[in-house]
Amino acid sequence: MTRLWRWLIPLSAIPLLALLAYGFRTNPRDIPSPLVGRPAPAFALTTFAGAPLALETHRGRVVVVNFWASWCYPACYEEAPVLERGWRAYRDRGVVVIGVDIQDRREAAEKFIRDFGLTFPNAQDPTGKVSVDYGVYGVPETFFIDRRGRIRAKHVGAVTDEVFRANVERLLAEPEGPPGPA
Amino acid sequence: MCLLLGAALGGAALAQQPATPVNEQQVHEVAAQLRCVVCQNLSVADSPSEMAQQMRAIVRERLAAGERPEQVVQYFVDRYGEWILLSPRGRGFNLLVWLFPAVAVAVGLAIVAVVLRRWTRRRRAAPPAAAVDAGMSERIRRELDGGA
Repeated sequence: MTRLWRWLIPLSAIPLLALLAYGFRTNPRDIPSPLVGRPAPAFALTTFAGAPLALETHRGRVVVVNFWASWCYPACYEEAPVLERGWRAYRDRGVVVIGVDIQDRREAAEKFIRDFGLTFPNAQDPTGKVSVDYGVYGVPETFFIDRRGRIRAKHVGAVTDEVFRANVERLLAEPEGPPGPA
Repeated sequence: MCLLLGAALGGAALAQQPATPVNEQQVHEVAAQLRCVVCQNLSVADSPSEMAQQMRAIVRERLAAGERPEQVVQYFVDRYGEWILLSPRGRGFNLLVWLFPAVAVAVGLAIVAVVLRRWTRRRRAAPPAAAVDAGMSERIRRELDGGA
């Protein structure tokens, strides 16, 4: 009886230690998006310039959807030039960059676009529906959508030139072919 | 007769009404289950943030469209994962969260029971105090008396 107890106590600690080992290795701030690998939710917004902006019209192209806000300092300020550079470098290869401004005032957002000289289409999400559809919980967040219209990667935080290039090149390298099994 | 018919027609029209009138209590109940994504430890129902307001509007709109509260919650889970739920669902790995406290209490009670039983048994099994033989106790008494 006593010998059994002597073994039982350290043995019972093993599952607890295993649980702690698992728990401490995962990053509590890392929230995996259930949307990666799934079709990108459709949206139809109006750009600051007044033009219609729908995801559907860009099917067949690699689309980079970036959620930002003018109050999101410094991350959005760091990545704005990166996105503009990426758009200019890749637009001729069939890449579209779309900016979605959330939780923002129109004047402040327009000033942001002017200050950074952004030339890719930008629109406001006035009801927050697009952000909820994309499971956005903060700015900036960037989604890389393949030619078949599926979300393939989500980047949280400022996009760097390396992140932009790596994701876009990977999706551009994929065959254009008809939609295969997802 | 006419009145009866009218009442019946009125009832039918009410039943067919497409837009479900939204009960604010129901909106609150759904919102209270959802985590405000831009806050720390606040539900969508309790947060004053713009994001939470927009999420409440989405909840209200989906309920008005006739969705059941579970469907509305699922809509958010499909986009944010179960992270959006303030209390994890009781299935799979999450079950551990729900069962572990109960198991810990049961194991603790079992240990207390075993230890208590062992203590009481030891006391009962302890040799009686009168184990000293008669000759020895007689000698002790004599020595005590003599010493006094």
